[in-house]
Amino acid sequence: MPHQRRLLMAVPWLWLAVFFMLPFLFVAKISLTEPMLAQPPYADLIRSVEDGLVTIQINLGNYALLWEDPLYREALWGSVKVALVSTILCLLIGYPMAYGIAKAPSHWRLPLLMLIILPFWTSFLIRVYAWIGILKNNGLLNQFLLWLGVIDQPLAILHTSTAVYIGVVYSYLPFLVLPLYATLIRLDNTLLEAAADLGARPWRQFVSITLPQSLPGVLAGSMLVFIPVMGEFVIPDLLGGPDTLMIGKLMWTEFFANKDWPVASSLASVLLLVLVVPFVLMRHYEQRLAEEQG
Amino acid sequence: MLKKHPLLVLALVAGYAFLYAPIISLVVYSFNDSRLVTVWGGFSTRWYGELMNNEPLLEAAWMSIKIAGLNASLAVVLGTLAALALVRLRKQRGHQSLGVMVTAPLVMPEIMIGLSLLLLFVAMEDVFGWPQGRGMLTILLAHVTFSMAYVTVIVQSRLAHMDRSLEEAALDLGARPLTVFFTITLPLIAPALGAGWLLAFTLSMDDLVIASFVSGPGSTTLPMVVYSSVRLGVSPQINALATIIIAVVALAVLITGISLYRKEMRQA
Repeated sequence: MPHQRRLLMAVPWLWLAVFFMLPFLFVAKISLTEPMLAQPPYADLIRSVEDGLVTIQINLGNYALLWEDPLYREALWGSVKVALVSTILCLLIGYPMAYGIAKAPSHWRLPLLMLIILPFWTSFLIRVYAWIGILKNNGLLNQFLLWLGVIDQPLAILHTSTAVYIGVVYSYLPFLVLPLYATLIRLDNTLLEAAADLGARPWRQFVSITLPQSLPGVLAGSMLVFIPVMGEFVIPDLLGGPDTLMIGKLMWTEFFANKDWPVASSLASVLLLVLVVPFVLMRHYEQRLAEEQG
Repeated sequence: MLKKHPLLVLALVAGYAFLYAPIISLVVYSFNDSRLVTVWGGFSTRWYGELMNNEPLLEAAWMSIKIAGLNASLAVVLGTLAALALVRLRKQRGHQSLGVMVTAPLVMPEIMIGLSLLLLFVAMEDVFGWPQGRGMLTILLAHVTFSMAYVTVIVQSRLAHMDRSLEEAALDLGARPLTVFFTITLPLIAPALGAGWLLAFTLSMDDLVIASFVSGPGSTTLPMVVYSSVRLGVSPQINALATIIIAVVALAVLITGISLYRKEMRQA
């Protein structure tokens, strides 16, 4: 049935080509235009002049601005820093959790996994909002620490980068635990038994056998955290303060507050370029994982 | 096994405490009589009452539910087609590029999807006059694009682990491929379709960033209303709303869990 087969491939392919790939061409195009006070707020790239003459006017000014104005460089660096540190924190918290679930008795695993997924089904926005109540000056955390006597003055956590890290790690932890668990549960136990027979202690077994074998899962999970956090808007906007400058929030401001679509588009283009490398890395490891399985 | 690893147990307990502390605090404070969110003023359900009278919020919730339902149904159809193509048509042209295009929305920052789709819609309107303005339709198109990726992943893994002997037997007995698909393949992957539908529904209900870009005046979704009321200052009504959402989700998960458990028991 070559006819049906072609249709099967073509329908989702065309949808994604039109609504996912094509839009980035428009981002690239708008990033090369000049801002205007009109609707839509940018000048046309191709202008037909009289006598059928067509001129194309490319404006590289937006990119020059990104390069020259330290604000944009700081935002890009801020995003890289938050994404990198959060990924490492997620790994430190998430690896032991994924390992613990994989080691749990088999009838415990499904409920434990469900508990990881459950927060994911409730609203992301509302879960981030909950942290405001916990982190603010007279919030639950400060009340608790004051009651414990650990501190005698409330800590200012909300609207600092600490709050952003807490919010990001909290929101993206499940994205790391799930793929990591999927890798850990498939590991071959015979190698561990062989190592144990040869006298390796549990810690040694973990470091030389489990850890290296789980690296594809570590990488896949890290990318699922790193890439979306780079463009994160809600968390820095609600929990962050003046010391957290991130590219996603800046894009939002340029787009909605300053109505500068060309600059917002050139920021998006730069972000896309930065993200292509991690994405290719992830695809590469995914394919390796699929080949190993199959 | 876990008895031998007290540190792992500790890591799990601390991890789950971290995941659930904010959710529990929301539920508890939704019954707080005080307007100040973190000062306990006695048990009360007044915020639930006020929530029920919040006209703009209810309208936005209804809009979100409509979009989410349509989105989930469309995403399941497209995602299933994509999954079938990816698992069964490895030699077909376009296989590789479909694989890349389906994975990319899973990791693409939402703000990029929203911005790029808005620019596309503006350009399309300019050239074809469609879609006219922005509203429910453009939000729906945007949501289907990113949520079909999740459906594809779920259905794909189900298809990859499926025993194909039943399909082959039916084909050997002379059934047409489409008949085989509807009478054998579809029932076998139905749980994955259900899970995919629910996930697509939730993703759509939850999305603030993409919808903000591609919506127009008159099409406000629930997250947009929540976001603006959170920005204006913390409103205890949001706690009540959160609690209702959590209760609905917990109930749905419980029912699914029990039915899955029963099914496994029957099979065992």
